[in-house]
Amino acid sequence: MKRFTPIERFAHRTITILMFILIATAAALYIPDISVLVGNRGIVKTIHSVSGFLLPIPLIIAIAFPVFRMNMRELNRFYPHDFAWLKRQDSTSIKPEIINPDPVYGKYNAGQKLNSAFSFGSILIMFATGMVMFFSSLFTDDIRTGATFVHDWLTLAIVVALAGHIYHAMNDAQARMGMRSGEVTPSWAQAHHPQWVWAQTQSKGPRKPDEMDKISSE
Amino acid sequence: MEARGSPVGRRVVLGMVGLGALGVVFGRQLNSVVSNTVAATVPGLGSIIPAAGGFRIYTVTSGYPEMSKADYRLTVGGAVSTPLNLTFADLESLPQTSMTKDFQCVTGWRVDNVPWSGVLMSDLLAVAGAPATATALTIASFDGAYTESLTMEQAIRPDVLIATSMYGAPVTREHGGPVRLLVAPMYGYKSLKWLSNINVVDSVIPGYWEQRGYDIDAWVGQSNGRSDEPVT
Repeated sequence: MKRFTPIERFAHRTITILMFILIATAAALYIPDISVLVGNRGIVKTIHSVSGFLLPIPLIIAIAFPVFRMNMRELNRFYPHDFAWLKRQDSTSIKPEIINPDPVYGKYNAGQKLNSAFSFGSILIMFATGMVMFFSSLFTDDIRTGATFVHDWLTLAIVVALAGHIYHAMNDAQARMGMRSGEVTPSWAQAHHPQWVWAQTQSKGPRKPDEMDKISSE
Repeated sequence: MEARGSPVGRRVVLGMVGLGALGVVFGRQLNSVVSNTVAATVPGLGSIIPAAGGFRIYTVTSGYPEMSKADYRLTVGGAVSTPLNLTFADLESLPQTSMTKDFQCVTGWRVDNVPWSGVLMSDLLAVAGAPATATALTIASFDGAYTESLTMEQAIRPDVLIATSMYGAPVTREHGGPVRLLVAPMYGYKSLKWLSNINVVDSVIPGYWEQRGYDIDAWVGQSNGRSDEPVT
């Protein structure tokens, strides 16, 4: 089954690379033991700043594609089955009760939705506070100190969230394959995203892969 | 409406942006709360927890230099009557001065009440016989890159120290040991680490950070566009 189109995979891949560069350079700038090993503060700082400037660009490009915006809408919306997912005590699948006309209905579980919202919010805040630190002469000391404070603490939260994200991906080869090649097996989709499979069979028929390709290449 | 679900994702994003904005506005106050509680109760966390009052370690070269006390030399040259080539023991035999000063970085972090001891720059310059007409110093690090400058008037202040001890122990390698400069009333970049050479010269020659846009006269609270409280 087609799970991710090229534009979604492009956005995920480029943001991944930039995030790894940002976290590695952040560690070299911030953690004393790593700072002294790496040194070269001027160069490390430049790499961190340039990567930070680039970070929103994959998102801006992707948002220009209707298929990406459709995925964002679905990630934004919480249905009764999402609240049930958050409260669930076991892994029994939760039957959807309503149908959204989008073919991405049910594609993500509530955890993935929360993670995407957290990631999106994090990029906005890290970019804004990073700009304050970069163009620091335009701001008062209070704002500069406040921006640094938020940038530092949110970094810790992002590292924790990313560790969880990577942990879940490491435990699921099919999920990784979905992001790498765009394709997942129907049995995996049925096991992990039954709403998605169910919704596609209930709507006007399953989404055809070539149909999505057409949308993504528009 | 029901069919479209609830926009929880948007609420999460807006909530985060709101919290972030509050954090920016009140960050300074939150900063000192964190710094006074966390860092005071668990000292080791200071260097890991954001804004918990620890020193940040900056080095401008690959890695950072290492020098044993036995190999250490401090040369004092230029327009002096007695050029000096001092060992660590020579420095220890000069009059010793101790002071406790706040350390303020131009990037915003500050460490209160750091105890230092060593030889006052004014005492060292007196031994070398710097002439009364001398105007400035150039100061160099054995890391091969870091340089600094001071006017003579600034250098002979009673809060400018050739530091051999910090927190009652030898200055560690990462803090610029075995010997570093402390220019207490100025931002941290003036307090050159891994000190190896002092030259008495005719005019102020901008140092490493000054060549990169930082102010030459780096008084805390009165330079670099900052209004930090003066150090005490």
